[in-house]
Amino acid sequence: MRPFEYLAPKDLDEACSLLSKHRDEAKILSGGQSLVALLRQRLVSPAYVIDIRRVPGLDYIREDKDGLSIGALTTHRTVETSPAVAKRFPMLAEAEHRLAHRQVRNWGTIGGNLSHADPGGDLAPSLIALGAVIKVVSAKGKRTVPVAEFFTDYLVTVLEPDEILVEVAIPYLKAGSGGAYHKESIRAGDRPIAAVAAVVSLDGKAGVIKSARIALGGVGLTPLEAKEAGKSLAGKKATAGVVLEAGAIAAREAQPTADVEGSVEYKRHIVGLLTRDMLNLALTRAQSK
Amino acid sequence: MKMPLQFRVNGEDYEVYVEPWKTLLEVLRDELELTGTKAGCLAGECGTCTVIVDGKAVKSCLMLAPQAAGREIMTVEGLAQGGKLHPLQQAFIDHFAFQCGFCTPGMLMSSKALLDENPHPTADDVKEGLYGNFCRCTGYVKILEAVLAAGAKPRG
Ligand SMILES: Cc1cc2nc3c(=O)[nH]c(=O)nc-3n(C[C@H](O)[C@H](O)[C@H](O)COP(=O)(O)OP(=O)(O)OC[C@H]3O[C@@H](n4cnc5c(N)ncnc54)[C@H](O)[C@@H]3O)c2cc1C
Ligand code: FES
Ligand code: FES
Repeated sequence: MRPFEYLAPKDLDEACSLLSKHRDEAKILSGGQSLVALLRQRLVSPAYVIDIRRVPGLDYIREDKDGLSIGALTTHRTVETSPAVAKRFPMLAEAEHRLAHRQVRNWGTIGGNLSHADPGGDLAPSLIALGAVIKVVSAKGKRTVPVAEFFTDYLVTVLEPDEILVEVAIPYLKAGSGGAYHKESIRAGDRPIAAVAAVVSLDGKAGVIKSARIALGGVGLTPLEAKEAGKSLAGKKATAGVVLEAGAIAAREAQPTADVEGSVEYKRHIVGLLTRDMLNLALTRAQSK
Repeated sequence: MKMPLQFRVNGEDYEVYVEPWKTLLEVLRDELELTGTKAGCLAGECGTCTVIVDGKAVKSCLMLAPQAAGREIMTVEGLAQGGKLHPLQQAFIDHFAFQCGFCTPGMLMSSKALLDENPHPTADDVKEGLYGNFCRCTGYVKILEAVLAAGAKPRG
């Protein structure tokens, strides 16, 4: 690692003012599960590392009136084992369960995971499909960004150099809604060959799909929303045929590249199958709620 | 520029001066000369560097040393007490759970953290808890047996 100056702000205000002073020359450190590897490989060489790990008030899971709010410094392990997450969003607990392994989940945070913007990250697809938003602060003020609009390029987000991700807020699912997520990988916990999250809302009496959102991981420069696949389901009766068709559309919307995880054709094939399976699981869950 | 770092390791208080770009692994091995913790991949993949920080298994190759300040660290050197091996260490011997031994310190620390949280784990719990630890020799079966045996014993 190249030398840097280590700064440990005692609260969020101090962290914001340090960031607004050092901007591009600084990197935020949360759990370091991605950053330390980047530093070691000298892929990044900041002059300042601003360690927010001990900044108070960013480690919480709160059941608010309209949704679940998760503080940026909440570890993966806390999300994985949270009764509130298990009750409200089982798909998110399942995603966490297959994220890396115990040691990484014990120290890595959800704020760091999203800010790192790995296209194969396990949280983004579910959060996009659930319509979650990210809350950001800086010395200049606050703003809110839908997770679906947060990622702009490979390892790049809409965050300005002086901004800190402070919270993820996930709206509760309405009655008659359900979601599911699965990562297909060589070993569980590995990088995805492809990953798919699906959330559906049913129109109670008619068994008709009111709306659906599908998001993909590991098959593009960023996590992607398969918008056309989602739209294709709206207003349709939930038959095997429409679910299969949505899978075919999602496979076309995926933008995979060939690598050790598989060829372009194979990854598209997996996207199609996973979309079908996750839609079916989401529909089953929606019917039971 | 070096900075002071105070923390507790295996029940002893330490104050060392370290460069903030060192990892906890480097400080343990190079400053404290606790070389039981092994440096393998240095990328968070293999688990040989696993130590317990405030009760949780973490990879010391991915923890920046200043993040350990004020925390309670346990390394493999802290397992044996008063010249007597920890039940997990004894179980690893009894069940032939190592060959070259390079993965063993990390395996032991992941197992310790697991048993502290879940004293009587199932085979699936052990596989889950040790998922981040690679062994290139044993094929894992003996390690699994050792941890299950240590978990089956009543522990005081
Ligand atoms: C062996 C291994 C396997 C992994 N497997 C998976 C996997 O299967 N699935 C998966 O999703 N992830 C995986 N990861 C990645 C892991 O989830 C992330 O590295 C981790 O969660 C990042 O969080 P962190 O707190 O450690 O962030 P850091 O490493 O501290 O930071 C990551 C980046 O985000 C920035 N940052 C951190 N916090 C904030 C904030 N609050 N606001 C703004 N910017 C911030 C940092 O400057 C840095 O650029 C794996 C990592 C390892 C080492
Ligand atoms: S040396 Fe830390 S995980 Fe391999
Ligand atoms: S005993 Fe050799 S790596 Fe596990």
